[in-house]
Amino acid sequence: SKTLFFISFEPFRGGLDCATVEPLFYCSVSSDLEEKRIPLPSNSQSLQSCTVTVFILFLQIPLRSDYGYKVSLFSHLHQYSRKAPLTQQISIPATVIHPSIVRLGLQYSQGIVAGSNARSVALLHAFKQVIQDYSTPPNEELPRDLVNKLKPYISFLNQCRPLSASMGNAIKYIKKEISNIPSQCKEEEAKKKLLLCIDNYVNEKITLAAKAISKCAIDKISDGDVILVYGCSSLVNHILCEAFEKQRKFRVIVVDSRPRLEGREALRRLVKRGIRCTYVLISAVSYILPEVSKVFLGAHALLANGYVMSRVGTSQIALVAKAYNVPVLVCCETYKFCERVQTDSFVSNELDDPDDLIVTREGKTQLADWQSVKSLGLLNLVYDVTPPDFVDLVITELGMIPCTSVPVVLRVKNVDQ
Amino acid sequence: MPGADKETDLGERIEAFLAELKRGGRGSGETARSTAALLRRITAQARWSSAGDLMEIIRKEGRRMTAAQPSETTVGNMVRRVLKIIREEYARSRGSSEEADQQESLHKLLTSGGSSEENFRQHFAPLKANVIEAINELLTELEGTTDNIAMQALEHIHSNEVIMTIGRSRTVEAFLKDAARKRKFHVIVAECAPFCQGHEMATSLSEDGIETTVIPDAAIFAVMSRVNKVIIGTQTVLANGGLRAVNGTHTLALAAKHHSTPLIVCAPMFKLSPQVPGQNSLTCVNAHCPVFDYVPPELITLFISNIGGNAPSYIYRLMSELYHPEDHEL
Repeated sequence: SKTLFFISFEPFRGGLDCATVEPLFYCSVSSDLEEKRIPLPSNSQSLQSCTVTVFILFLQIPLRSDYGYKVSLFSHLHQYSRKAPLTQQISIPATVIHPSIVRLGLQYSQGIVAGSNARSVALLHAFKQVIQDYSTPPNEELPRDLVNKLKPYISFLNQCRPLSASMGNAIKYIKKEISNIPSQCKEEEAKKKLLLCIDNYVNEKITLAAKAISKCAIDKISDGDVILVYGCSSLVNHILCEAFEKQRKFRVIVVDSRPRLEGREALRRLVKRGIRCTYVLISAVSYILPEVSKVFLGAHALLANGYVMSRVGTSQIALVAKAYNVPVLVCCETYKFCERVQTDSFVSNELDDPDDLIVTREGKTQLADWQSVKSLGLLNLVYDVTPPDFVDLVITELGMIPCTSVPVVLRVKNVDQ
Repeated sequence: MPGADKETDLGERIEAFLAELKRGGRGSGETARSTAALLRRITAQARWSSAGDLMEIIRKEGRRMTAAQPSETTVGNMVRRVLKIIREEYARSRGSSEEADQQESLHKLLTSGGSSEENFRQHFAPLKANVIEAINELLTELEGTTDNIAMQALEHIHSNEVIMTIGRSRTVEAFLKDAARKRKFHVIVAECAPFCQGHEMATSLSEDGIETTVIPDAAIFAVMSRVNKVIIGTQTVLANGGLRAVNGTHTLALAAKHHSTPLIVCAPMFKLSPQVPGQNSLTCVNAHCPVFDYVPPELITLFISNIGGNAPSYIYRLMSELYHPEDHEL
């Protein structure tokens, strides 16, 4: 059994270049834990007269190991296998990671909860559980301690599946709210306040935003339209269902791609409402585009340089739509706006399980033992970035803006806060 | 009677060939060779007295063959090649020189209708043997096409390149394997759903030691910025220099154009077809799963064929050297 591993050290007078870390106490040391040497800055005048206590929480969660051969261009990213979830490798005592967070992490890594909005909402609900079950230890202040408690949860979730931009923004918001709680506030009141904040966030940024975006977008849908959608975006599906309720006459073409085949879920939802749909794979998009009047795309995040980060294949659809002069509209809530910039799909992306690409056709599974062939690699990208010149309009709850106005919205949001 | 036996035997062989065409599943190289062999057999065994008769027979059989499998254009192309061979041999037997014909070709283009008086009715005894010999030369040419294309590989691939391809093309496979003997490079294969022929291509290339990566079709544009060249095969080369290729190729070509990446098409000459886009493009399509894409010529950088490299703007000239304009419609 393992416990937290506290390290503290005292620099001795005279300055130092580096200090070796001396454990003060520990129980059993797992071989997964690493020793860390932390070099202090050589100018340690300020440290001479104080004791620096560094709490390094070595999580009992070992780093999840990569699976399979990684394509060299992406060797800086992690590639995990769905068959080896993090929770199978170790047992996590409930004192360290809250069980609802463990459950959430499993749901992420197995793909049970997928989609930008769904993941953020699930995360916020799990955090509500955590806050409800939280009790301030003695001699601690709620704001600082709660934020520290959340750190290992977040890194655990990151190991299960890399955090999305929307989740990152939600976490930032929660941390800010927690730190803003006045210190004289009683614990019960503080917890109630935090739960209310989270509810408001979900309500404003996700539910009401979707309503506002639908209203704008429905104005853009005219009778007789043929609308092309890609994959399964909860927001775009919501818009189409609302438009259908409002008696607009249109039909939908759902484009899907291997290996995720998310379009089938979108197809199911639309057909259940009674919308006329056609289903194609992404390789047929240049065949079907001459019939299309508009393209509606969802987004995972909007980057500060105007690029749209979305499911892989979105940029391809936008490219072909541009070649056929079909307008491309991206629907995105403002809480997904991100201060990062990216110009290509290589530097910052997510690699999914490469075994998903294996398929059996005509009784033969060509790639069944791809691992044994040294020079063969499978690449299963999750996201790609669409340049702003392919996108004609972005519909947000603040209105309809061009792609290049994203940094303006970010600035205004920061000023508001 | 031996004549009747030969005829029924020929008839049976033609029926067997048509049945196999309908079944499909053969590569276009094989189809071209078996078509040429069948046409040679028709020339040898059918009853005809003048070149005109032979051309009529071949045209009739050619129409039946193209009707059996409209998407396999190599059959029609071989029929047109043989018709051109017959015309040339007839002209040579008659004594008019070939060189004059070629020199006048531009002149002929302007003064059309000059050959309508020719009705090919004269009987020449050695015509049969000459035609069969010419068809044998055609068969030899067909057998060497893949090797001829693969031989040019080292002129087009440098070391440490990243090459992208889509689906499975035997020509491109031979091309890349030939280059891999002397150069080290990476290949990215788009799998080309739903049949995923790209998987077969990738396993075959990686077994030869070429660094290969398989990507789903959706990732074509995402990785295109790191690709140096796109090399693809095609099902047909159209008369305007465009392509009819496996579906997903148009997207690949647009992505390559956007990144100014050269798009190279490896296609042997027997895939060159006098069709223009729009004809027959819907016969190979079912409602949700089109089998082929049309790629316009402005997205293509280079054609590599067994006779060398050409720009798409030159395809019309190659066409006139292979087929006679009157045979464009069988």
